[in-house]
Amino acid sequence: MKLKLKHLLSILLIALLTISCSTDDEDNMDTSSVSEVDGLTLIQELTNSTHRIELYNTTGEFKTGYNAVSLRVKDLATNTYVEDAELSWMPVMQMPTMQHACPMSSPTKVIDKNTVYTGYIIYQMTNLDGEGWSLTVDYTINGIDYTVSDTITVIQNHNQNVLSFLGADDVRYIVALIEPSTPKIAINTFKVGLFKMETMMSFPVVENFSLTLDPRMPGMGNHSSPNNTDLIYNPSDGMYYADLSLTMTGYWVLNLKLLNENSEVLKGEEVTEEHTQSSLYLELEF
Amino acid sequence: MKKIIIFSIGFLCNAVVFCQNTEELTQKDTTKLEEVIVLSRHHLSHYRQQKTLSSIDDYLEQSNAITMIKRGNYAWEPALNNMTSDRLSVTIDGMQLFGACTDKMDPITSYVDVSNLDRVSVNSGQEGAENGHAIGGNIDLQIPNAKYYGSGLKTSADLGYETNGNYKTAGLDVEYSGDRFYMNADGIYRKSDNYDAGNQQEVLYSQFEKFNLSLQTGFKLNENHSLDAHLIYDKATDVGYPALPMDVSLAEALITSLSHNYNNDEAFIETLETKLYFNTITHVMDDSKRPIVSIRMDMPGWSDTYGFYSKATAKIKKHKLLFNFNGYYNRSLAEMTMYPNDTNQPAMFMYTWPDIRTLYSGVYIKDAYTINENETLVGALRLGFHQNEIAKEVGLESLQIFYPQIKDTKNRMLTSLSSNYNLKKEQWNFSFGLGYGERAPSVSEGYGFFLFNSFDNYDHIGNPTLKNEKALESHIKVDYKSGLFRVGLESSYFYIMDYIVGDIEPSFSPMTIGASGVRVYNALPSASIFDVYLNAGYKMSTTLSASASLGYNYGKGSNKERLPLIKPFSYLAELNYNTKMFNAGLQLEGNGNQSHYSRFYGEDNTPRYAVLNLNLGTVFYKEKTKFVVKYGVENILDTSYFTYADWNNINRQGRNFFMNISVVLN
Repeated sequence: MKLKLKHLLSILLIALLTISCSTDDEDNMDTSSVSEVDGLTLIQELTNSTHRIELYNTTGEFKTGYNAVSLRVKDLATNTYVEDAELSWMPVMQMPTMQHACPMSSPTKVIDKNTVYTGYIIYQMTNLDGEGWSLTVDYTINGIDYTVSDTITVIQNHNQNVLSFLGADDVRYIVALIEPSTPKIAINTFKVGLFKMETMMSFPVVENFSLTLDPRMPGMGNHSSPNNTDLIYNPSDGMYYADLSLTMTGYWVLNLKLLNENSEVLKGEEVTEEHTQSSLYLELEF
Repeated sequence: MKKIIIFSIGFLCNAVVFCQNTEELTQKDTTKLEEVIVLSRHHLSHYRQQKTLSSIDDYLEQSNAITMIKRGNYAWEPALNNMTSDRLSVTIDGMQLFGACTDKMDPITSYVDVSNLDRVSVNSGQEGAENGHAIGGNIDLQIPNAKYYGSGLKTSADLGYETNGNYKTAGLDVEYSGDRFYMNADGIYRKSDNYDAGNQQEVLYSQFEKFNLSLQTGFKLNENHSLDAHLIYDKATDVGYPALPMDVSLAEALITSLSHNYNNDEAFIETLETKLYFNTITHVMDDSKRPIVSIRMDMPGWSDTYGFYSKATAKIKKHKLLFNFNGYYNRSLAEMTMYPNDTNQPAMFMYTWPDIRTLYSGVYIKDAYTINENETLVGALRLGFHQNEIAKEVGLESLQIFYPQIKDTKNRMLTSLSSNYNLKKEQWNFSFGLGYGERAPSVSEGYGFFLFNSFDNYDHIGNPTLKNEKALESHIKVDYKSGLFRVGLESSYFYIMDYIVGDIEPSFSPMTIGASGVRVYNALPSASIFDVYLNAGYKMSTTLSASASLGYNYGKGSNKERLPLIKPFSYLAELNYNTKMFNAGLQLEGNGNQSHYSRFYGEDNTPRYAVLNLNLGTVFYKEKTKFVVKYGVENILDTSYFTYADWNNINRQGRNFFMNISVVLN
């Protein structure tokens, strides 16, 4: 029985190897531009008279919370992808009486790719129908400035993976879940972005704060898990990191408490028998 | 033909001699720690048993060496020397099987029925090392050998009814014994409703239903060689566990083996038996019959084992040698899916046994040296290699939450050594033994993931970094017989090092709703277990006899806490009347107050109890057909009681009238 299995496995392995080899060949033969967005799905194209901006991510749609976005610029005249553009973007939410932006990074060229630029946008909210947001991309090619703008659709995420709140210091903060994007029963790397709302249009990263972490399962007696660590600021990428233990699949509430550099609590409470959930929390489901 | 019969008888005797201190024992006054309970030459002993159709659990409970831990009316867990599953090896004819339930709801003994077995061989401590490594000992459930008597077809049928629980049993057995071919097929069906404890208190969720089929065939190739094939299929459905929060909707086992036997009295190697086996167990826990649960869940488990053994016996002058080379590969997998009451939330899932593979291979050598007519010295050694592997990546990662440094495999070397000195002189029989043994942690102890134990109300987490548990043991036995009177004293002592037990980890949050906390399996530096039994018998006449037995047990860990499930002071008195066609027995059985209970491990004080049983048996013939009728009353006074071994103090059966009828067609 075991032997048979081994045989089967080796046949499978050989089959797999041959298949993967052949795809490699295809990749090499194709123009690099096609393969550079392999595995990504087109979200939307923004077009003006000279260029078309293609927006990609893994799911093909914008959702509230953290969105890693890849983009390419196609020159409509030559039908080629631009390799040396300088890009910036500005997502804007139109509210009845005012408008605001959201936390984001400027798109930068992906290191080992020629035509793909990447950055992130964290939509902290959306309208029920997904309307309200527009995206403007300003870019410079060979010293000439261009701009393109269009409305976009942002779908409300099922879970609370981003939260905008007012801290005890009267500053509005935004906290967003970045990792784990595919949680597993294990110690997961927990990565969170923390931003403050400086103005309606400016959301810089908050440095050197910390967040305590207490994951709970409300569906099962609100139990916790062992060996979690608190979120600590990592200056190399401006994000906060912790160990997150998930002992089973299901719905988890990640209770947080935000502390400033003097360890003063700005938001959130301890979870106790009576107080089963912090006012500052993120949700996770898998 | 004659030759064959003589040969067969000779072989049987030979086999019997190998089991030391063989006695045909079924009565409870037997306190031999190393004992063989012979059920019968054939499976249902109509003369010897109080109940023809009693379950294997009932049979085992009749031995003083064994206590059955009860979580309900079915699938009792045997304890030997005050040690339970993890510290025992339970085998079926030398075959390794491992239960598929993380909560010990399916001891191996629950997957066979008494109709499958020839006898149960109980070996205390390291004397049970022939089949594997254990601390407490080995219980080997032995399947009958193929019999080439040429006696033709024999059929027997059994019917049983018990008033308490409306318990019905039916069995059918067909046997064909030719000169070169042997075949036996038997089936048994059991069904019981909820039983009543004393004072007609119904014990909810104590029902069960099961059937068991067995098929055995043997071919005699020539004088020296024969082949055997054996299959047992056992399926229990709708089994209630009143002491637990969940029941069982399916417990299913398929047990198969193929063996080759060689016998030659003249050669150096007298017997050589080689067996290949495979068994698979599926166990599905179920809470759908419970009206109120904090959360609905599914908990299925699977255990598959592939194995072999090859054992040989040889004789050189005064040495009688036994070699056994064996190995097995087991896969244990169990999972848990919980359905939140808030239906918007997704189901919660985890592996409670994350696909653990166990590979074992070892050798066993035993030498029984006859010093002289009165004295024998026995020495035995087992050496083995034991490997655990976490086969699922998700299993490894989930355990790494607790033990970030662990790898997917863990190897161990295991040793067992024992020696025994026996002296028989006139009316005296004296034996003294010493042993040293090691065992690997069980799958639950090593790799269990949030296993809830309703006994201490804690979630348990396995510990893959555990050391081997080791034990030094000694035992002594003295028997004196004078005329119609006999008296015996027997005692054993175990000093266990790195005693594996759950340690409370206050910083961990329990998963199970309502659990008191989390225990992580850890090792106590040491623990001691001691027991002593005194038994006496008096034969007043050829038909009338009386016997009595007293027992005392003690267990304590180096943390000064009492060990759990240690039997309190126990006693038994029995009066028996026996003729060829009729027998009667009156039995008084009880325990003292369990004052030395272990609060630390979830026990409470079990009050003293005593129950009175009466059993009667009649045999009669109608032409060539034999009828055996067994009847009686258990717990005559309808006492409401539970013992230290009853999980969560579930009351035992109240008054029960029973009757079994067996018909043997020759």
